[in-house]
Amino acid sequence: MYNAAEAVIIIAKALNFMSEHSLELKGSLFPLSVLHCTDVSVSTLEPLLSAKLAQAPGFFYQAPIVLNLQDCQQVPDFVALKHLFVDLKLVLVGVTGASPTIKAAAQQAGLAALQAGKTTSAKTNEAPQAAVSPQQLAPSTMDSKIVEQTVRSGQQIYAKGADLIIKGAVGAGAEVIADGNIHIYGSLRGKAIAGASGDTSKRIYCFNMQAELISVAGNYWLSDSLQGEFWGKPACIKLQDDTLVISELV
Amino acid sequence: MAKIIVVTSGKGGVGKTTSSAAIGTGLALAGHKTVIVDFDIGLRNLDLIMGCERRVVYDFVNVINGEANLKQTLIKDKRVDNLFILPASQTRDKDALTKDGVERVLTELAKEFDFILCDSPAGIESGAMMALYFADEAVVVTNPEVSSVRDSDRILGMLSSKSRRAEQGLDGIKEHLLLTRYNPERVQKGEMLSVEDVKEILAIELIGVIPESQAVLNASNSGQPVIMDKDSDAGQAYLDTVQRLLGETVPFRFLTVEKKGFIKRIFGG
Ligand SMILES: Nc1ncnc2c1ncn2[C@@H]1O[C@H](COP(=O)(O)OP(=O)(O)OP(=O)(O)O)[C@@H](O)[C@H]1O
Ligand SMILES: [Mg+2]
Repeated sequence: MYNAAEAVIIIAKALNFMSEHSLELKGSLFPLSVLHCTDVSVSTLEPLLSAKLAQAPGFFYQAPIVLNLQDCQQVPDFVALKHLFVDLKLVLVGVTGASPTIKAAAQQAGLAALQAGKTTSAKTNEAPQAAVSPQQLAPSTMDSKIVEQTVRSGQQIYAKGADLIIKGAVGAGAEVIADGNIHIYGSLRGKAIAGASGDTSKRIYCFNMQAELISVAGNYWLSDSLQGEFWGKPACIKLQDDTLVISELV
Repeated sequence: MAKIIVVTSGKGGVGKTTSSAAIGTGLALAGHKTVIVDFDIGLRNLDLIMGCERRVVYDFVNVINGEANLKQTLIKDKRVDNLFILPASQTRDKDALTKDGVERVLTELAKEFDFILCDSPAGIESGAMMALYFADEAVVVTNPEVSSVRDSDRILGMLSSKSRRAEQGLDGIKEHLLLTRYNPERVQKGEMLSVEDVKEILAIELIGVIPESQAVLNASNSGQPVIMDKDSDAGQAYLDTVQRLLGETVPFRFLTVEKKGFIKRIFGG
C-alpha cells in the first residue's frame, strides 16, 4: 500500500538564461524517492515510515522524498508532515499526483508540485493495493551499472536506481550496493546489498558465495548465517515472505 | 622509455624495502640502468639495506626543494654497475613530498634510467600515494596471511583508482603479486595461506614467491642485497622474480616442503 522506493526521474523544464552575472538555470535529471501511502496523516505515516527506515538504516539518510498524493482526498497537514520528515532525517521536496486544491496547499507550504514521469502517469484509478509493481518501475531500474574489474577492499560501488553487474570479484572489506539486482561473476567476499531502496523483488547472484554480509531490501544475513551448504559455491539470494532464502545457481 | 615500478603493500614490514633492494640490484645486474628511490621519508632504511648509509649527503627532499641536484644526490652502488640509489631524508616528514616535486624528479630520472623503482612506505596515506601515483607497474608485496592480503587488496584498489594512469584514463598499472616470507611448512600445517589461496583472492599475476629465509637477515645485517647471495634460496627466488619481470617464463621454486636428503632418509634426521 505504500512504496518508499518508487524512483521517479523528474524532468525539469530546460530553462537556460544567462545574464551579465552569468546565472545559469539548466534542466537536469535527478533520481528521487517517491513515497506512496493511502493515508498521509502523521499518525499513520510515522510508525510505517520509521519501520521502513529501520530496515535499511542509513540508506535514506537525508534523502529527497516526493509524496505521491494521488489517493489523497483531503488536504494533508503539510506543516506537520514537514516536521515529521525533518525528525526522520528525510527531506520532503514536493508532492506529485495531487488534486488542484491539495497542490495549491502544498505550494502554500513551500513544497514543489512535481509532474510524475512515466511510472505514475500510466496509472489511473487502480486500487491502492496495486500501487506500482516492479514492472512499472522498469523505466528507472532497467539501467545497469557494469564494473569490469574486481572491487577491492575499501571500495564502495552504488548503482542508484539500477542493477549492478560486476565482472570480477568483490574483495573482503569492499561493498557493492544496488537499488536493483546484483550479479557478481567472481567471488563475493565483501558485502552485497540489493534492493537498497526497499524493492523486495531484487536478488543477488554470485559465482562464489563467501560474503561478509548480504542484504535484500534491508533484510540481511551476516557471514555466520551463510556458512554451510552454499559457502564457496555459486548461489542466488532472494526474499521470500520477508525471509532471505539462498539457493544454488544452476 | 623508462619504466616506473612501485614496490608497495599497504601493510608494514612485509618486505618492500628488502624486495626493492633485491629487484633493483637484479635489474642492474641484468644490464639495465636502474635507480631505487626511497619514498619512506623519515624512516630511511633502503640505504642501510643497500649498505650505503654512510655515503648519504643529500636526499630526495633536498632535490625536490632545489637544494641539491640529482647528480649530487644519487649514490652510485660500489658493487654493481648501472645501479643508483636516491635516498630518503631522515629529518623531514612525509608531507615534504609534493606531487609536482615528485613528478619533476621522476621526469628527470626517466631521461637517464631504464628502470625507476619506488620503495613505498607502508599505509595508504600521502607518502604511499605519492610513491604509486606515477607508476607504470606495481609489485604488490604480500605475506601469506589474511591481514596482509587484505591490505594488498586495498592497495590494488588504490592503484586502479588513485594513480595518474587511472586519473588520465590511460592503460591501467600492470600489477604483479610478490609473495614474500613464504613458509611451506607452515602452509602445510594450515597456519598460513597458500600461494593458490592468495592468487585466488587477489586475482593478479604472480611474479615471485620468496621463501622465509635466514639469508635475508644476514643480507640486511651486512648491507648487501640478498639477491647477491646467489647460493641462498631467497637470493635465487629474487633472481627468478627479476627474470619474470623482464618477460621471461621461469618455473616457481621453494613452494613445497623440502624433502629430506638421501643421507637423512637412510640415517634419519
Ligand atoms: N623472505 C624473508 N625472510 C625472512 N625475513 C624477511 C624476509 N623478507 C623480509 N624479512 C624481514 O622482515 C622485516 C621487514 O622487511 P622490510 O624492511 O623489507 O619490510 P618493509 O615492507 O619495507 O617494511 P616497512 O613497511 O617498515 O617499510 C625485516 O626485518 C626483514 O629482514
Ligand atoms: Mg620499507
